[in-house]
Amino acid sequence: MENVLEAKNVNVFYGDFQALKNINMKFKKNAVTALIGPSGCGKSTYLRLFNRMNDYIDSFNMQGDIMVENKNIYNKEIVVEELRKKIGMVFQKPNPFPKSIFENVAYGLKIQGVTNKAVLKNAVRKALQQAALWDEVKLDLDKSALALSGGQQQRLCIARTLAVEPSIILMDEPTSALDPIATAKVEELIRELKQKYTIIIVTHNMQQASRISDYTAFFYMGDMIEYNKTDTIFRNPQYERTQNYITGRFG
Amino acid sequence: MNNLEEEISALKQELLKMFSLVGKQWKKTATAILEFDQDIAEEISSTETRVNALEIAIDRDCENILALLSPVAIDMRFVLSTYKINHELERIGDIAEGIANYICENESAYPKEVLEEVGLKSMMEQILSMISDISYAFEYEDTKVARKIFKKDKMLNKYNADSVTIILNNMDIFDRQKLLYILSTVREIERAGDSVKSIGEEIIFHIEAKVLKHVENKD
Repeated sequence: MENVLEAKNVNVFYGDFQALKNINMKFKKNAVTALIGPSGCGKSTYLRLFNRMNDYIDSFNMQGDIMVENKNIYNKEIVVEELRKKIGMVFQKPNPFPKSIFENVAYGLKIQGVTNKAVLKNAVRKALQQAALWDEVKLDLDKSALALSGGQQQRLCIARTLAVEPSIILMDEPTSALDPIATAKVEELIRELKQKYTIIIVTHNMQQASRISDYTAFFYMGDMIEYNKTDTIFRNPQYERTQNYITGRFG
Repeated sequence: MNNLEEEISALKQELLKMFSLVGKQWKKTATAILEFDQDIAEEISSTETRVNALEIAIDRDCENILALLSPVAIDMRFVLSTYKINHELERIGDIAEGIANYICENESAYPKEVLEEVGLKSMMEQILSMISDISYAFEYEDTKVARKIFKKDKMLNKYNADSVTIILNNMDIFDRQKLLYILSTVREIERAGDSVKSIGEEIIFHIEAKVLKHVENKD
């Protein structure tokens, strides 16, 4: 399987604090990779490197390369807005804009300058269908997105991400604020989306990582301890620290 | 100790009880057959119900841990191997009962000469030592001891393979029905050895995550 994203000798500092220590990882195309580890292990910092979300933090300093399609996304000539079209992100809490369902999904395209109504309509429909939300909202596209349930709002945010047709989707605990039914829907969606997209997901839910991911990386105190196929990690991890974490013996 | 560790520890204690119960059944079987003691043979049959009840209780505990605590890695391997070991032990218990039933079905003792010639005493000593080793290997998670079993099982297989010729050679000398009982007993002990060997494989799977089933060289 082809690699689409690669971290090479990545070190991240917040001031004097080193959040990530010499991380080297290659991510497979059309696969779901889960990043697991205790709070503060660096997994979210790592995820946010891939669409340069950490750039806004004053004390942030990164060394090393993040390669997407053989280009270092931290090179000066990279336009961050262009990068984020290619690499979308879904956050922990659903964060729809206080606009209609249609406007939420069309937002990214409009920013890109798309004004043709038919094009926008098609794109919104396609994104909502991919996010498995179309049937539930097709008659209410003009209604406020804030009126949707939590699970629907999160799928709307996924649709908003999909509308600009990224190739990689980053997810930061996308179901932690959802009930089990909404979680199951989002997990099913993630499994379907990997046919077309490469997905990297941060999760604290071990069972979720084992259910939906193809590969799992375990982080601890800024180190990437183990990275392997998910079935290997959960059946027979190679390192004791990984085993202690996934079996709940950590601490 | 977290909840899962407590449940696993309790499950291990239950399975150790099963090991102990089945071990005792076989010690009685050795006495019953070598001393032709039908009273002890009867006792084996009545104790078998305890083995069966424990088997069901352990099955239920395994299911509960899988359903409620979602074990992974070494914990999952422990529950899976315990589930299989439980069934192998019940089978070993059944075999002891079968041999005891043979004894009860006979009115007089098996001919001592033939018992000696097929090596029944040695076979019994071998299977008892295998059960004792495997119980130790399980309790102390000692795969070195578990691996000893494979060599011992081969010796049981050899006794079994040689027994047919011995029985045939004695057909015109001793009561044929008794000879067939002896042959069946030898076969049953060999089967029990196979089950102990399977338990050894499961212990190695639990500790080392290695699958040794259907592997010729188990080192």
